[in-house]
Amino acid sequence: MILVVDMNWEKGSLAYGEFVTPIVSAVEPLEECKVRHFSELSPKDLDASSKIVLSGTALKDFVTLQHLDKFSWVRTYPKPILGICAGIQTICKVFGESLTGCLQVGMTDITTVKPNPLFEGNFRAYVLHSLSVAPSSHSFTVLAKSSTCIEAVKHCEKDIYGVLFHPEVRNLQILRCFIELK
Amino acid sequence: MRLGVLFSGGKDSTLALHIAANKEDVACLITLVSKNLESYMFHTPNIEMTSLQAEALGLPLVSVVTEGQKEAELTDLERAITQAKAEFSLDGVVTGAVESVYQASRIQRICHSLDLWSFNPLWKQDQKKLLETLVAENFNVIISGIFAYPLDEKWLGKQLDNQMIMQLLELQNKYGISPSGEGGEIETTVLDAPLFRKRIEILDSAVSARGNSGVYFIKKVRLVPK
Repeated sequence: MILVVDMNWEKGSLAYGEFVTPIVSAVEPLEECKVRHFSELSPKDLDASSKIVLSGTALKDFVTLQHLDKFSWVRTYPKPILGICAGIQTICKVFGESLTGCLQVGMTDITTVKPNPLFEGNFRAYVLHSLSVAPSSHSFTVLAKSSTCIEAVKHCEKDIYGVLFHPEVRNLQILRCFIELK
Repeated sequence: MRLGVLFSGGKDSTLALHIAANKEDVACLITLVSKNLESYMFHTPNIEMTSLQAEALGLPLVSVVTEGQKEAELTDLERAITQAKAEFSLDGVVTGAVESVYQASRIQRICHSLDLWSFNPLWKQDQKKLLETLVAENFNVIISGIFAYPLDEKWLGKQLDNQMIMQLLELQNKYGISPSGEGGEIETTVLDAPLFRKRIEILDSAVSARGNSGVYFIKKVRLVPK
């Protein structure tokens, strides 16, 4: 079962349809899917899942960054995680990394800088963020960049992936590759 | 949150309004009346109906006229949103964008520059499901414009129902048209919806069509108690 974590500022928010539903629509044809708001995640939810996807949020929504205590499980979860936009921003903060200002809205060109199982080469993707990640090289490795910021990272030791762009908009194949990760 | 809904009077913006009003406080509707019939951003047939729809909904309307030139209309949109924010103390804006990155990203940028939230509750939703929701929730939606082969004037003025959804899905399979008109194949006008306090009755209309392009002009209407 794939667990999708709703990262929006409150459960059942107006942003749910925009940032969570498209992920669920992409995952459901491939594997059973369950959604939990970040504030309501239980150890049982984590144990029952085979992988976790953390959703993005609205451009003005930084609530998860103020509730890092709700994400301490990220450090010990033994299976793959994919953080999308606010998802990877939050994960990086949990690991003590920095974020940096970078406003991007719309389609942008992405360049893969390190081979990985989710994507390759140059491609275009939808971005919607005002912060990017600025990880130190000993904890996260950079997988992709645009002309203005880091667009994808992977934890150096764990199966934790993060993309600043939104694969659920124009790059569904990336979500499929994540779901099919062994 | 106090929200303004970008409102064209068509099915998508009316459904977005419906969803937003169930979650937050919708303070006003915002409409750009484009003089350009081929506007890049804004639905055009019967756009003047939005004032009557706003009255039927019991919501104030901020209406701004735009010449509808490609990027200049964004300046007009920003003017309309700025005016609505000032008049109604808005925290955010809601759109009916489903697939258009062009539309959604431009509105996101305007909202960001004005320190407003931007919501797209229909974003990437399944088009068949959207159409079925409209019928199931008793939205009275008529086809007010057709702009693609093999649609013809017989579609104009017809009400969206389950049979029409099936026909649209068949056309999607055969000709690749977007069943909900995401590629501009059809335009719609909403005459009634759950949030409407009164429904709109058409008393006089006219069809102007040539080949696979046509518009259903609503000439005379009245509001009827529900």
